[in-house]
Amino acid sequence: MKKNPEHAGLSWLFIMAWRDSRRNRSRLLLFLSSIILGIAALVATFSFGYNLQNDINDQARTLVGADLIINDNRLPDQEMQHMLDSLGHQRSQERTFVSMIYFIRSQGTRLVQVRALEGGYPYYGSLETLPAQAALTFRTGRAALVDKTLMLQYGASVGDSIKIGEVSFVIGGILKKSPGRNEISLTAAPPVYIPLRYLAQTGLMQKGSRIDFRYYYKFDSATDILKLVSGIEPRLEKAGMDFETVESRKKNTSRAFDDFTQFLTLISFVALLLGCIGVASSIHIYIRGKISSIAIMRCLGVRSSQTFYIYLIQVMGIALVGSLLGAMLGTAIQQLLPVVLKDFLPFQPSTAISFMAIAQGIGLGLIITLFFALLPLISVRNISPLNSLRLFVEPALGKRDPLQWLLYGMIFLIITVFSRWQMHSWQKALIFAGSILIAFLFLTGVARLLMWVVRRFFPSNSGYLLRQGFANLYRPNNQTIILIITIGLGAAFIGTLYSMQNMLIRRVSVSASANQPNMLLFDIQPAQAEAMVSMTKQFGLPVLQRIPIVTMRIEEFNGVSAAKALKDSADSIPRRAFESELRVTYRDSLLETEKLVSGVFETAVKTPGDTPHISLEERYAGRLHAKVGDRIIFNVQGMLLPVIIGSVRQIDFRRIQPNFRIVFPKGVLETAPQFYVLITHVPSSEVSAHFQQAVVRRYPNISMIDMELILSVLDDILDKISFVIRFMAGFSICTGLVVLIASVLISKYQRIQESVLLRTLGASRRQILIITSLEFFFLGVLGAGTGIILSLAASWALAKFSFEGSFSPEWSALSGLLLVIAGITVFIGVFNSREILNKPPLEILRNEV
Amino acid sequence: MDTILNIRNLSKTYSSAGRELTVLDNINLSVESGSTVAVVGPSGSGKTTLLGLSAGLDRSTTGTIELNKITLDKLSEDERAKIRNRYVGFIFQNFQLLPTLTALENVMVPLELLGEKNIKNRSNELLDKVGLGGRLHHYPAQLSGGEQQRVSLARAFSNNPKILFADEPTGNLDAETSEKVIKLLFDLNAEAGTTLIIVTHNTELAAGTRRIIRLRGGTIFADEKKS
Repeated sequence: MKKNPEHAGLSWLFIMAWRDSRRNRSRLLLFLSSIILGIAALVATFSFGYNLQNDINDQARTLVGADLIINDNRLPDQEMQHMLDSLGHQRSQERTFVSMIYFIRSQGTRLVQVRALEGGYPYYGSLETLPAQAALTFRTGRAALVDKTLMLQYGASVGDSIKIGEVSFVIGGILKKSPGRNEISLTAAPPVYIPLRYLAQTGLMQKGSRIDFRYYYKFDSATDILKLVSGIEPRLEKAGMDFETVESRKKNTSRAFDDFTQFLTLISFVALLLGCIGVASSIHIYIRGKISSIAIMRCLGVRSSQTFYIYLIQVMGIALVGSLLGAMLGTAIQQLLPVVLKDFLPFQPSTAISFMAIAQGIGLGLIITLFFALLPLISVRNISPLNSLRLFVEPALGKRDPLQWLLYGMIFLIITVFSRWQMHSWQKALIFAGSILIAFLFLTGVARLLMWVVRRFFPSNSGYLLRQGFANLYRPNNQTIILIITIGLGAAFIGTLYSMQNMLIRRVSVSASANQPNMLLFDIQPAQAEAMVSMTKQFGLPVLQRIPIVTMRIEEFNGVSAAKALKDSADSIPRRAFESELRVTYRDSLLETEKLVSGVFETAVKTPGDTPHISLEERYAGRLHAKVGDRIIFNVQGMLLPVIIGSVRQIDFRRIQPNFRIVFPKGVLETAPQFYVLITHVPSSEVSAHFQQAVVRRYPNISMIDMELILSVLDDILDKISFVIRFMAGFSICTGLVVLIASVLISKYQRIQESVLLRTLGASRRQILIITSLEFFFLGVLGAGTGIILSLAASWALAKFSFEGSFSPEWSALSGLLLVIAGITVFIGVFNSREILNKPPLEILRNEV
Repeated sequence: MDTILNIRNLSKTYSSAGRELTVLDNINLSVESGSTVAVVGPSGSGKTTLLGLSAGLDRSTTGTIELNKITLDKLSEDERAKIRNRYVGFIFQNFQLLPTLTALENVMVPLELLGEKNIKNRSNELLDKVGLGGRLHHYPAQLSGGEQQRVSLARAFSNNPKILFADEPTGNLDAETSEKVIKLLFDLNAEAGTTLIIVTHNTELAAGTRRIIRLRGGTIFADEKKS
């Protein structure tokens, strides 16, 4: 017989891998269950992202509704108007502003976004209305299209009348959808369309009113829009006008949703990482059970590399099956995501199967599983054939292989590179990967410390059941580290999400409390100011603040003129600072919510004619690179006004009230054209409704913001956001549970001999139950407790650095979370051990061993 | 006759908990090709360690081992695995069959590693010879101890080894089964002309060999050859 040992090639390795996996496949299924959900979440978010990108590309034209939109917040001058009139083959224009609407039949009032439209806009897509023809017919008469939520809220029907300013309009149709808007953006001020030609009669275009002037253009197909836009861009920029094309909308929308899909992808990725820890732990135990087989193979002449490949093939085969199942599940879940996210999207997203997403999900799943699996797998190379003889052999699995450090490094690198791919920033990627690393190290450290403490200090004279339960935490085959990491990360996730949501809600609800301002009246003209104050008092309401507002622009900053700054893009001062219209106020004191950071707050100019010292808000000053002593010349509606920066203030933005970037001292702006904002506190929604009705009837130009309404809108938005976050975090939490179940089941295989022995020696069901419950209760409490500590640290960091507020933990909720997680852990532990409790020992041994 | 195993100045020391433990001390012996040798001695005398080192399962602390004229000490672990596959067969006290492979597959493994053809037929024949022709597709857990050891015998002879190492091959068997296994072992060995080295406490088994090496405290206490 010819002998050639080189002939046991790749196919033999596959055959041996298949043979060796017999009778263990159910255990291997546990490995794959850990990664399925993570890959499903990734494939779902990848698919969602790709479909969204395709939808944006396909639907950008209908999102914009025109080939080009130009807009500004002031009326163009004659020269500019001439240019605007010369563009496009079809053109429309629109004036947009917020104002109060009055439903005549129900006598309800509400802040809305009025859109006064002239022309055939939208040229792509349509205004979806009920009846459908109302989208066209409202333009021909004195009719309005009213948003569907408003119609429902005020019980209005088509044919009813509304009053905007001084003019009554018939409701011509219900507005179901307008181009490029999502549900969330419309909640605070729902849209109402009216024909532009009635705008002047409403009397709402007064000085100080914030009106957006929009010009919509459609070009014939032969026009090179990019070339045309680049030709007029300098003029538009000089005039401080913004423009938007289909291409720029594509870019902006993609960028906006990139952040969102990125966030969802990272949450999914954490689920996958969690699953991979489960895989690593399961494989470690699997290989431990295979030492004898590996040693026999080595005796028979199988090379160490061949034994390694036999198990690698098994693991990768299972990972491939898990990835495929995950991809299928992800593709199914992807059908749900648009339903969950519909309020945040400006269009109905498609749910096509994305093969690219599936390939990426599977690829990423395989790579990350491979590296996590290699951590325990590389020890196979070191299993000695001597294990097959009756000899003492140093355990190969306990030794730290230098290759392991390389693998840890590779895993960190993969996490960082993946995060960089998602977040487009090395710094953010390193922070993300570093945070995960710290969380893992912290949880591992706590687990090791626990084992050491229990072993070292647990009283040896305590009862047997207690001793046995606690000893299970450190004895061979314990699952302490993996369970504490899994439970801890799950708890950290839930705890942080909960704290984040509460922080957001607390941040806005501070203004809802008793004597805080809760109603803002704005666009009050100087002639109306005194009468408005009296009217407020007549209703028994306090005038908490009456704030004058003057509009102006920066003409020169430290000697750099607006013209020069707009021309020179290299200048450090942002161009926007010169372009935008500023709304400033004047007063003689700081507010409760303001704190002086530098300089001296000037209360009033000492002598008329002195250069006033103004106060800048801290972050605004930062953006301008401005400091105390710098000089600015403002253009106050044609009049140049030089000032010196006298102080910089910090503002607590948590209170919802008008906050100003620039505050002038008294004695400068009193004679400038101005309008007012009045702040009051209404005690109830009934008083609020009556007051609003009275104001709208008497002064239709004055708009009101009801804080209660804004708060309920914010609450609603936060609810929706937190639902999306919870939906995605659910994958991580479910993965945590799967890993937990898998770990408990695997530990059952490890412990079964021992439990059966205890049963054989006469231990009762109750005693085994107590031992098991104690072990899992302690693991649950410690894992969840450590996770909650991590969540507190994360929430504190978020509060300090992201929300810039104080952090006060919700102890009762967190304690509840601790108990719930501990309860689930004990339940899973006991539930999976029920077989040992209920069946005769011999039957279990025959089935399981 | 050729020498198949040549051991010179062999020592093996283990370190455990900071203490040095010398298990084998200055062993010198040669084994001729085709001979049968029993290594006997009390527990802890170093019998199994000697077997493991001779078969290339471990490295000696000092001394040299030549197996089939190949010096094992300088070979890597994978090179020694190749030697084991080509020239060595094993029989273990606790049978050491791969639990997830059938009887037939267990016998086929050494041949598959060699890249042989028609291995199924040869493995079938071997299992027939040991009286397990009807249990080819049974897993080890479905076989009795005696049957498992017979599969182990078939596997040990499947690659036509030049030398066969048996570690207490009857240690886990009852007397009647032991007798059958011993007979089978010697019959197969005689037929194949393989060198047989048996580590055992079983005097009946040792008596069947041509040479008995007695170990005590890690050294050769006696080397008895039958004429």
